[in-house]
Amino acid sequence: MLNFISQRRMFLWLAMLSLLILPWCVGSVGGNYWVRVLDFALLYVILALGLNVVVGFAGLLDLGFIAFYALGAYTFALLASPHLTQSFAAIAVLFPEGLHSLIWLACLIGAVLAATFGVILGVPTLKLRGDYLAIVTLGFGEIIRIFLNNLDRPMNLTNGPKGIRAIDSIELFGISFAKSLDLGFIQVPALYLIFYLFLVLACIATVICMRLQNSRIGRAWVAIREDEIAAQAMGINTRNLKLLAFAIGASFAGVAGVLFASFQGFVSPESFTLWESIVVLAMVVLGGIGHIPGVILGAVLLAIFPEVLRGVVQPLQNALFGHVLVDAEIMRQLIYGLALILIMLYRPKGIWQKRGASTS
Amino acid sequence: MSVLLDVTNVSKFFGGVHALDNVGLRVPSGSIVGLIGPNGAGKTTFFNLITGLYSANSGLFQFNGQFYSPHSVAQVTQAGIARTFQNIRLFGAMTALENVMVGCHCRSHTGVIGAILRGRQVRQEERAIREKSFALLRYVGLGDFADHTAINLSYGHQRRLEIARALATDPLLLALDEPAAGMNATEKLALRELLLQIRVDGKTILLIEHDVSLVMGICDSLTVLDYGKTIAVGSPTEVRNSPAVIKAYLGNSP
Repeated sequence: MLNFISQRRMFLWLAMLSLLILPWCVGSVGGNYWVRVLDFALLYVILALGLNVVVGFAGLLDLGFIAFYALGAYTFALLASPHLTQSFAAIAVLFPEGLHSLIWLACLIGAVLAATFGVILGVPTLKLRGDYLAIVTLGFGEIIRIFLNNLDRPMNLTNGPKGIRAIDSIELFGISFAKSLDLGFIQVPALYLIFYLFLVLACIATVICMRLQNSRIGRAWVAIREDEIAAQAMGINTRNLKLLAFAIGASFAGVAGVLFASFQGFVSPESFTLWESIVVLAMVVLGGIGHIPGVILGAVLLAIFPEVLRGVVQPLQNALFGHVLVDAEIMRQLIYGLALILIMLYRPKGIWQKRGASTS
Repeated sequence: MSVLLDVTNVSKFFGGVHALDNVGLRVPSGSIVGLIGPNGAGKTTFFNLITGLYSANSGLFQFNGQFYSPHSVAQVTQAGIARTFQNIRLFGAMTALENVMVGCHCRSHTGVIGAILRGRQVRQEERAIREKSFALLRYVGLGDFADHTAINLSYGHQRRLEIARALATDPLLLALDEPAAGMNATEKLALRELLLQIRVDGKTILLIEHDVSLVMGICDSLTVLDYGKTIAVGSPTEVRNSPAVIKAYLGNSP
């Protein structure tokens, strides 16, 4: 037993160490581009963990999850860019130096706002399950995106399809994440700093998910997923717990959205299409629905995979045929579809499924 | 002997169908009361009304000395009536232990923040839930199956697991909907032992059952339903000799 624990601890230390040096290795081999890909992969981990609370734990199929991500992103975009002060004279008078919100405060606001909308989506859909719920949530996701796309008139709130630019970059504890940090003996590039920040947040998200899963709340969610009436017969208030799942999942996406906006420096409705919702859902399902390590694996795989294709497909075709036959983007969708079909056929509970889970 | 559950004048219509017509039931504390009747008599409907799954068109419900109106299943469980289901409704993907742990939900208090921070009190509650659930599994004879996924258990074991899960809600009244359905003779015998033990340990049991020998063997009193009406109430011997019951089960004598 003692041996087992120390082994486990050693494994954890090793994993942590390799994650710490990961950006340096990737950066030296593939350059900043690939570190950026890693940063995005970590954002997707947070998103997928959030969706896993709703779909994996509580069994509520949500196809509009990206809307909460959008809410978070636009929260920070509005609170930390010149857009509002430029469009509204009154706000410009209030903040003569422009709006510059603290990132952690924006994270909090984004999380609360997204959670509120999660509950707003949850209340009318309490009695729906499965396909019916999926359709309503899909509609919700589209409504949010279309609103963002069109709220440049009658007053310019979101700047419509042009999006909001010049969003503040992340600054935390006096450290700017926009330029490299001089530690005296070493220069840490900005992208690496962001990697570490996102890594910490992804770890926090993982711990929150794990603790929720192994608690009275997590068990109640799974009970609702398995059999709602039996769950009620156990004295579980299914209404409150479903709303709670929606709220917590949404708040994860809200925080991820805030980080996304500040990392990217630019948001537009284009980033929040139905396709994005589907990608996040695919991460959860492909990795191992309801199983946290699987969900993380799925998120990392599906976030990196298109970039690998982008780097491989065209040079490979050029080398083989002398010209490009199939575009990388089309190839990506083809392989996505194929991968999903294969996973559903051979590992219906995901690549990394729960130990002892039957495949029936 | 005080009356734990006293239900009077319950009626339930489904459209034009009178599923239940002025049915009443008294369950004294510490007893085993059986509810029997031919198929379609309204037994399960009556059960669903008591436990809040359906709402009655009329009727008075009194539990543990207090009137209650069963509208929410969760509230009824909270009040102290736990039930099992005729068609087993376990949480299939969870282990046997987890199933029972879910049953502890309504007697524990950890909220979201508590679960995330996982302080000392929360860990203690979690440990207590785990120990109580293990004890309940052993109590119903499933101690060796704690780690088995519920869906992989045998039929008889699933029925027992449902009872353990219901007991985890700390009920005053245990309402069992055909617990012996699908069991073989040995399993039925073991179930009978278990039910008697549960009564000895201070719980009251309300039982719907088709298996006549089981019902006659352990029930203190019986209520017989037919076509949504009470046709007989009394001890097993009285009910067995009641002409109305014989007629309901066997038809008119020529």
